[in-house]
Amino acid sequence: MTEPRAAAPTFRVATNLTAGSAAATATPSIVSVKSLDAYFGATRAVRDATLDFPEGQVTAIIGPSGCGKSTLLRTLNRMHETVPTARVEGEVLLEGKDIYERSVNPIEVRKRIGMVFQRPTPFPTMSIRDNVVAGFRAAGRSAPPRAEQFEIAEWALRRAALWDEVRDRLDESATALSGGQQQRLCIARALATRPRVLLLDEPTASLDPRSTQKVEELVYELRGDVTVVIVTHNMQQAARVSDRTAFMLLGELVEVAPTSRLFTSPSDERTEAYITGRFG
Amino acid sequence: MITLTVVAALLATLPLVFILALLLKQGASSLNWAFFTNMPKPVGETGGGMANAMMGTVMLIGVASVIGLPVGIGAGLYLAEHRGARFASVVRFLSDVLNGLPSIVIGIFAWQFLVRPVKQFSALAGGIALGVMMIPLVTRATEEMIRLVPDALREAALALGYPRWRTSLTIVLRTALPGIVTAALVAVARIAGETAPLLFTAFGNQFWSTSFMHPISALPLQIFSYAISPYDEWHALAWAGALVLLALVLVISLVARFVTRSKFGAGHD
Repeated sequence: MTEPRAAAPTFRVATNLTAGSAAATATPSIVSVKSLDAYFGATRAVRDATLDFPEGQVTAIIGPSGCGKSTLLRTLNRMHETVPTARVEGEVLLEGKDIYERSVNPIEVRKRIGMVFQRPTPFPTMSIRDNVVAGFRAAGRSAPPRAEQFEIAEWALRRAALWDEVRDRLDESATALSGGQQQRLCIARALATRPRVLLLDEPTASLDPRSTQKVEELVYELRGDVTVVIVTHNMQQAARVSDRTAFMLLGELVEVAPTSRLFTSPSDERTEAYITGRFG
Repeated sequence: MITLTVVAALLATLPLVFILALLLKQGASSLNWAFFTNMPKPVGETGGGMANAMMGTVMLIGVASVIGLPVGIGAGLYLAEHRGARFASVVRFLSDVLNGLPSIVIGIFAWQFLVRPVKQFSALAGGIALGVMMIPLVTRATEEMIRLVPDALREAALALGYPRWRTSLTIVLRTALPGIVTAALVAVARIAGETAPLLFTAFGNQFWSTSFMHPISALPLQIFSYAISPYDEWHALAWAGALVLLALVLVISLVARFVTRSKFGAGHD
């Protein structure tokens, strides 16, 4: 773990990371963030973040509103730069290759990494089935034949635990589904193209408790097959679904550790203050 | 206060009711099948219709749509997708100015550049003049409709690996399509009755013509020339023509409403 800019605030992060990666020697990292800064204009929303996402594990990013956790997530599939004036410095290695290298096409990166947002975003003009296979319509991907797409749609809907609820109305508009169903549809859509990494940006923020539970169970079941990064402002959720948790504050990555350790014996007093509810 | 607004609301719809009643009273009696299929007859002969004028209006709307729809929708898409850009605010402002321009000015402009050089009034010149009128209507309406598409849908498409252009076309434009179709129909209804831009472009024609390169009749032109004539039979035909024009606009507006309500509508949630 090289940390050339081991300034005082990041030093603690580095120590934790060493501990974290020692624990994860059996599972190599599929995504590695190195000295990453993310800006909106002159504002630095993420400051010098360095962390690894071990393959097949669920990593939660927690922290108070506006701490930069969603921004950090959006740098992982180059969605951050879709906002005007936004830019990134530093490296994000996906399977060892820097996705911010000049030769890398952001579209190819986004195809390999699935993403689900705070509010469900089914495409209102498409049927349920077409929504699931919408990822194949992106340019450059040679779309499988229609019959095969149907199989993929079924597989993805089963994976997202939605198949039984929609199997009889695959050709109906996706907007007819409930909010929770729409969100699971979006997860199915993200999974259909078989990404190895799935980014979830507060996926249950707009859902009721029952739907939230379904999504959480789903995330729990995805571990092993897919590497999941989930941003949440809900610490209980992070504790329930994740293997590792990262705590962010004011754009700074304060601490990354196995979830059980971060919530029981955090090494940074700011983490402790946050998880014991003294602020945020 | 509420009473006043109710009165105002009633007054707002009153003109249409009066116009419709008047047109039905004056025009319905001249309205028969022959009106739609026959050519104009000389003064003194009974019967006669406006078949040529209706054909002319259809052709003029066709030319205008070929110009006005692609340019208007494209410009509206640009304005909605680059709302902050300086060029966009310039385009938006100029579009509003063009929209407010008296239609006679557009007619003179078309005459200067399309009629005068070739020394020939033509359906093409008239259609282009109407198309120019359509552009700002379609542009601004398209922009409004596209702005209603939630940003989250754009994000979702981009995150799936859609390039920007494909996101704009297959997700954003597609989602806004019912609204854009409505806007296009409203724009067509708006120009269908325009007279001033046609006076010295399409010019009018007493004979059957389907040539784009020659003068052509149109419903509003025919109504105009019949209405200012001194003959009672022609006055009656002008009333009937006005009734047909109003019915046309009404039908287009109804179709527009129907499109907006379709199953896969623009309304997200």
